[in-house]
Amino acid sequence: MLKIDNLHARVEGKEILKGLTLSVNPGEVHAIMGPNGAGKSTLGNVLSGREGYEVTAGSVTFNGIDLLALEPEQRAAAGVFLAFQYPVEIPGVNNTYFLRAALNAQRKARGEQELDSMQFLKLVREKLKVMQISDELLHRAVNEGFSGGEKKRNEIFQMAVLEPKLAILDETDSGLDIDALKQVAQGVNAQRSPERSFLVVTHYQRLLDYIEPDFVHVLAGGRIVESGDKTLALKLEEHGYAWVREHGEPAGASA
Amino acid sequence: MSQALPFVEAMGAATLPVSGIAWLDASRREHLDAFVAAGLPDTRMEAWKYTALRALAQRRFAAGDARAIEHAVDPAVFGLPGVYGPRLVFVNGVFRADLSMLDALPAGITLQPLSQALRQDAESLRFVLSRHEAEQGDAFVRLNAAMATDGVVLTLEAGAKPDAPVHLVFLGAPAEAELAWHLRTIIELGEGAELALVEHHAASGEQQHFATLVSDTYLRDGAVLRHVLLQQAAAGSSLIRRSRLQLGRRAQVSSHVLELGGALARHDVRAELAGDGARFVTRGVFMPRGRQQVDTQLAIRHQALGTASDSVWRGVADQRGRGVFRGAILVAPGADGSDASLSNKNLLLSPNAEIDTKPELEIHADEVKAAHGATVGQLDERSLFYLRSRGIPMAEARALLTVAFCRAVLDDLPVTALREHLAGLLALDLPT
Ligand SMILES: Nc1ncnc2c1ncn2[C@@H]1O[C@H](COP(=O)(O)OP(=O)(O)OP(=O)(O)O)[C@@H](O)[C@H]1O
Ligand SMILES: [Mg+2]
Repeated sequence: MLKIDNLHARVEGKEILKGLTLSVNPGEVHAIMGPNGAGKSTLGNVLSGREGYEVTAGSVTFNGIDLLALEPEQRAAAGVFLAFQYPVEIPGVNNTYFLRAALNAQRKARGEQELDSMQFLKLVREKLKVMQISDELLHRAVNEGFSGGEKKRNEIFQMAVLEPKLAILDETDSGLDIDALKQVAQGVNAQRSPERSFLVVTHYQRLLDYIEPDFVHVLAGGRIVESGDKTLALKLEEHGYAWVREHGEPAGASA
Repeated sequence: MSQALPFVEAMGAATLPVSGIAWLDASRREHLDAFVAAGLPDTRMEAWKYTALRALAQRRFAAGDARAIEHAVDPAVFGLPGVYGPRLVFVNGVFRADLSMLDALPAGITLQPLSQALRQDAESLRFVLSRHEAEQGDAFVRLNAAMATDGVVLTLEAGAKPDAPVHLVFLGAPAEAELAWHLRTIIELGEGAELALVEHHAASGEQQHFATLVSDTYLRDGAVLRHVLLQQAAAGSSLIRRSRLQLGRRAQVSSHVLELGGALARHDVRAELAGDGARFVTRGVFMPRGRQQVDTQLAIRHQALGTASDSVWRGVADQRGRGVFRGAILVAPGADGSDASLSNKNLLLSPNAEIDTKPELEIHADEVKAAHGATVGQLDERSLFYLRSRGIPMAEARALLTVAFCRAVLDDLPVTALREHLAGLLALDLPT
């Protein structure tokens, strides 16, 4: 479903992604680990179409279409969802209103019927149960005054409502307490399906105990330098990234 | 100004209205002569520094609309949800009894067109109508004093608290020529009286008229005015207003302002907090786009003990729109324990848009709390991306963020239906 081939991308004139190649099939969960500044969030931003991220070479296709040619909102309608590492606070925009506008904009773009407020409320109630979010948060402005953990949960809640085909979770586990981590993992697991794929960016092996990945990749210096199954995460935990450099990466390719 | 500008020349050549009231006719003549002699203000004057009148100066407007009574007007152009009370409607500066609603006025309220009030009892208006003479150098106030033959006289007896808001409608309608019209408003709230007032500048079709409105509002001790000003004048029209408010002891004014229309829309607000404990609260949004120029000048004078003013304004300029905001607060000697705060945040939606904002604070009293700030910025790129990444298209995302930016201004507007309507207008006014 997602094919990233030799992707090079620049931010502010600086090359961050340097020939990244990755394939994700429907239903798969891929974990991406890697040192700070490796380009993990950059990958998420490039895939979602953020301005200022200039692709200089390579390609990304999503279910056969050229993802890079689409505007961010078109990518969302096509089924790409990014759970932000740092969700944005938007004062003055009501959370529920925002989510309904988002869902209906996506549905409209796909030629589906928009939901009226009754139908939307019903959907939200169902998803709330799964995510164990207090509905008080829904009446507030988007992420405004949310705690770090609440913001992350709100991201997963949005994912639950929008039902994307590809969800990119950028350090959704960072800053969560143990219980919240389990809840978020539950929320993600509840949405695993043969049609839905996940890119899970994390620094901690612990998350992968709850969300079991099919593959684990190491992103370093703007490229995937090592791939394996979930045991790779355990090895990383034990040996650190230096071990990968010695093992996987060609000499001199490190950033 | 040496050479007569077309604007001034045409105004000077117009026949002065004749009332048959000796002092009034004499004062009109004086004002017109003074206007012609002084000409229009230019950008060398501090108050007009950012609003050039060069284009206006080259135009000639016909005085008055002889057929204003005949224009067909769809009441829908001034209908507002939650606003169902007494109504006074002027079309091209002329009172329209057929569109107004003046029967069954609540107890304690007098509401009539100025022309009628002058016929009944001109003497009682003499003091107010002569008052602006003291103000030197304001061309448009002079012009208004010379030419305005109609307007609004609204009086509330002490303690009167009518439920329904009073709706004043100033409507521009297409006519055979480009017109100049002038209106004068006099409002007095007796001790402890409370009034909700909606001042509404609207358009019934495109036109390029020029209008002035000068208003005086007096609040006696403990009076309360809840004021909404909705300015939706025609895109090609020019509208110059001067509002003066005087607040007695513990009198309160809250004013919510939406400046949306007009090619040139200027509003000078002068509030005098003359009585101890008087309170003046303004909330406003101005949204110039296209080639609109919208200029708001607030001058608030704290003149008594423990007075408070609180102003929150938002400006949003798009395309080649030009916004000007000046908020000048003076805390006069003796106004000890006063509290003055003013915030003006602005958003530029296009590289060609411009907003000039100038907060001024002058304090001559003790124990004064004052806060003061102005900013000009752009839509937050991270917020825009966040919304778009969830599927909300660019134009809608921009509109959402812009309305959110302005929203604080409407938050405490008491009439829910009207508040939602106005919020909707903000969104509508955004280009997509
Ligand atoms: N907008 C930007 N302007 C300048 N540099 C940027 C920008 N965005 C990212 N970078 C740089 O790109 C590099 C990769 O950043 P990125 O956020 O993708 O790292 P990351 O792998 O997500 O790291 P972390 O694990 O700390 O989240 C960093 O050196 C960062 O400073
Ligand atoms: Mg990151």
